[in-house]
Amino acid sequence: MAEKTIQLEVKRQASPNAEAVWEKFELEWRPGMNVTSALMEIAANPVDASGKETTPVTYDSNCLEEICGSCAMVINGKARMACSALIDQLEQPIRVQPLTKFPVVRDLAVDRSVLFENLKAVKAWVPVDGTYDLGSGPRVFPQQQEASYPLSNCISCTICMEVCPQFNEATGFVGAATIAQTKLFNAHPTGKVYKEDRLRALAGDGGVQECGFAQNCVEACPKQLPLTEAISDVSRDVLIQKAKDFLRA
Amino acid sequence: MAAPKIIVVGGGLAGLAAVIKIAEAGGNVDLFSIVPVKRSHSVCAQGGINAAKNLKGEGDTTDKHFDDTIYGGDFLANQTPVKAMCEAAPGIIDLLDRMGVPFNRTPEGLLDFRRFGGTLYHRTAFAGATTGQQLLYALDEQVRRYESEGKVQKYEGWEFLSAVIDTAGVARGICAMDLRTMEVRTFAADAIIMATGGIGAIFGKSTNSVVCTGSAQSALYQQGVYYANGEFIQVHPTSIPGEDKLRLMSESARGEGGRVWVPRTLGDKRPAKSIPEGDRWYFLEEWYPKYGNLVPRDVATRAIHKVVYEHGLGIDGQPMVYLDLTHIDRETLNRKLEGILEIYEKFVGDDPREVPMKIFPGMHYTMGGLWVDFNQMTNIPGIFAAGEAEYQYHGANRLGANSLVSCIYGGFQSGPNALAYAKSLPAQQGDGGHAAELTRQKGLNQLLLSNQGTENPFKLWRELGDTMSKNVTVVRINKNIETTEAKIEELLERYKKVNLSDRSQWANTSFAFARQLYNMLELSKVVAIGARLRDESRGAHFKPDFPERNDEQFLKTTKASFVNGAPKIEYEDVDTSLIKPRPRKY
Repeated sequence: MAEKTIQLEVKRQASPNAEAVWEKFELEWRPGMNVTSALMEIAANPVDASGKETTPVTYDSNCLEEICGSCAMVINGKARMACSALIDQLEQPIRVQPLTKFPVVRDLAVDRSVLFENLKAVKAWVPVDGTYDLGSGPRVFPQQQEASYPLSNCISCTICMEVCPQFNEATGFVGAATIAQTKLFNAHPTGKVYKEDRLRALAGDGGVQECGFAQNCVEACPKQLPLTEAISDVSRDVLIQKAKDFLRA
Repeated sequence: MAAPKIIVVGGGLAGLAAVIKIAEAGGNVDLFSIVPVKRSHSVCAQGGINAAKNLKGEGDTTDKHFDDTIYGGDFLANQTPVKAMCEAAPGIIDLLDRMGVPFNRTPEGLLDFRRFGGTLYHRTAFAGATTGQQLLYALDEQVRRYESEGKVQKYEGWEFLSAVIDTAGVARGICAMDLRTMEVRTFAADAIIMATGGIGAIFGKSTNSVVCTGSAQSALYQQGVYYANGEFIQVHPTSIPGEDKLRLMSESARGEGGRVWVPRTLGDKRPAKSIPEGDRWYFLEEWYPKYGNLVPRDVATRAIHKVVYEHGLGIDGQPMVYLDLTHIDRETLNRKLEGILEIYEKFVGDDPREVPMKIFPGMHYTMGGLWVDFNQMTNIPGIFAAGEAEYQYHGANRLGANSLVSCIYGGFQSGPNALAYAKSLPAQQGDGGHAAELTRQKGLNQLLLSNQGTENPFKLWRELGDTMSKNVTVVRINKNIETTEAKIEELLERYKKVNLSDRSQWANTSFAFARQLYNMLELSKVVAIGARLRDESRGAHFKPDFPERNDEQFLKTTKASFVNGAPKIEYEDVDTSLIKPRPRKY
C-alpha cells in the first residue's frame, strides 16, 4: 500500500468473563486523527490487519472534546482520554486497552459507576431549600471562585483512580476525585453545612488515610485538578474532625 | 391513589431540570439516559447563560432580552412563552448560583456578566468557558441527592425506542433497550418528558456529541408527534474543523473581544501575527459597525461563507478564517476563556494566546424539534418535551447563551405540567398498549439482526452526513435539496440491506447505532423537505433564490407529520401578540 497507514492494536473482550485477545488493525492515515476517530474508522470497515472480518470495537465516547469524561482508556500504557490522544503524537503500533481497575463490560468499555456511588457517600451537593425563587445566592469573592472552579472541572473520567497504586479492592480507597469534590463542597458557603458528615465518611477504611502520596493522580489528571493539594487539605480536616469527635465522645 | 409516575428521557440540563421539579413536588420519576447523565451533551456548552440581571448599570431589562430573542429569531418564535422564559431567567441564575455553580465574579463578589451575540448588553453569566459543564454538574448533583433519598430511579445505559400509546392515543409509558444486555422492555408512566437534545448526527460532523442523533424525536414523529420547524438548523460561525467532529469555539471568544479577519490578499504567506493591521480585513466589523463581531450566528456564518466562497479569501485558499485573541492579555484570557483555549491547544497544537485561531462554521444547534403547546406538551396527550428536543424558544435562529436558559426553563415548566396532567389522567384500558409495542420493537430488532446484505451502517451514515451538510446547511438551493432528498431515499433503500458485522446480544454498539440510523434517515427528510418548501430567507434558513423574508406566506411554524411513510408539511400561525414583526437588520 502506497498510502501512509497507522498500526493499531486493541485489547478485546467479548463479555465480562470472556478471555481477552489482542487484535491488530492497519488503517489509512489522515491528518488530525485521534484514537476515537480511529475506532470509528474500524466500525465503518471492521476488518483486521490480516484482512479478516471482525466486529466494531465497543467503547465509551460522547463529546469528543475531552469534557464529558467518557473515553478514558489505556493507550500505549498510559491512562488518558482517547479523543485527545492524537495519532501523530503516539508511537506505533498504538496499543489500546481498557482501564484496568474497573470491571470490563466489553472491549474498551468499563463500568465506572463506583465513582458516582462515592459521590453519594460524601453528599457531593449543595442542599438548597428548594428551586423556588429565594433571591440571589451567597456573595462569593473572585479569589474563592478561582479556588473552587478548578475543582469543579472534574469530568469523572476516573483516571486518577486508575493510576493510583492504592486504589484497589484491598484498600477500598475512594480515590482522588471524590476527595477533591469533598473539598469543593466543604468550601461552599451553603455546602459546608454537611462538612462534618463528609469528613466522617472519609475518616474510616477506604478514606483519605489510604492515600500513599504517590502523586500519580495529579500527573495523570487530564483537567489538571489540584488533586494532591485537595487530598492534603481534606486529610487535615479529617484529622481535626476525628479529634473533635473523640473529645465529644 | 399512588403518586403519579413520570418518565424523563434524557439527562442533560432540560431533563435534569424536569426531574428536580417533579421530585421536589413529591412525584415519582424514572430517568432514562443513554450515557451516565453527567456525560450528557449539555456539558459541551461553553460561553454562558443569559439573564437580564442588569448588574452593569446599562439599563438592561427582561423586556429587552425578550425583544433581542424574538428579533434574533427573525420573529418565528411564539412570543408568549419566550417572554415568560426571559422573565424567569434572572431567577434561574440565582437558583444556579445557590446550587453552587462557580460563576465568575466581580471584585465585590457579585455575578459577572459578559457580552454575547445579538445584544448590546452584558447579559451573559458565565463560569469560565465551561458554563454548560458547571450547570450540568449542579443539576446532576441535585438529582443525585434525590436519587440517594429514593425519589429518583436512574436508568443509565438505556436507549429510548418508542412511546407506548394506548388505543385512545394517550401515552402510557415507553419502550427502551438496555445497551448492555440488549434487553427490550416497556416501562409504565402516566406522562413522559422527552429531553433528548439536538440532531447534529444527521449532518455527520457537527459540534454535537455522539448521542445527539435525534433518534428519539424521530421515533416519536413516526408515532404521530408533530415535528416543528425542522429546517431551522444553526450553523455556528466559529468551530474548529476536525477529522471526526467540528469542535466548538465559543462565541464568548468574541464576547471577550476576539476579532474575525482574513488577509486582504489571497495567498498572503506571512505568519498571521506579522500581517500589519492595514493588510487585514475585519469584515464583520466593516459590514456590521453596530454589532461588529457579535452579530447573531446566522449573520456571522453567512459573512464567513461569503468571504471564503465569493471573495475567495479563505486562509491559504482553504475554508478557514482567523479568530484572533492575541491582542488580549494572557491573564484575562486564562481567567475567562481557559477551557476553550485548552481545547484549541490540545486538538490543533497551537496556543491561541499567541497565534490567531483558524476557524470555520459548523453545524451546531437544532432550533426545530418536537412540536409542543405552551404547556410543553406535544399533540399526543402525555408526551411532553423540553430543551433542544423541542422547537419553542428560538424561532429561526437562536441567540448565543439562550440555549442553557431555554433548557432549564423548559425543564422547569414541563416537570410540574406533566405532574398536573398525570394527576387527572383516567386509568388505562387493558394493558395500555404495552404488549403490542414490545412486540413491535422486538420485531424491528429481529429484522435487523437477521438481515442479510452488504451495507455497513456507519458508511451509510457518512453519506447521509455529507449530503445533508453540503445541501441543507448555510446556503440552500431547491434543486440541490432535491438531490439530497433523492439521496436519502437511496440510503433508505440501501438500509434494507444493512448487514451487521456484529450480531451478538451484549453491548452491541453497532446494532444500537443501526437502529438510530433508520430514525436519522426519516428525520433528515423532514429537515430537507421543510427547507425546500420554505421559499424565503429567515434567520438561519437562507435561500439565494428567495433572499427576502416573506411574512405573508411564511411567518408560520412548519409542522411535519408522518403520513404514509413521508413528511406531510403544514403551517401554523405564529404568536406575534406582543412585538410587531419588523425587518431584521443588524
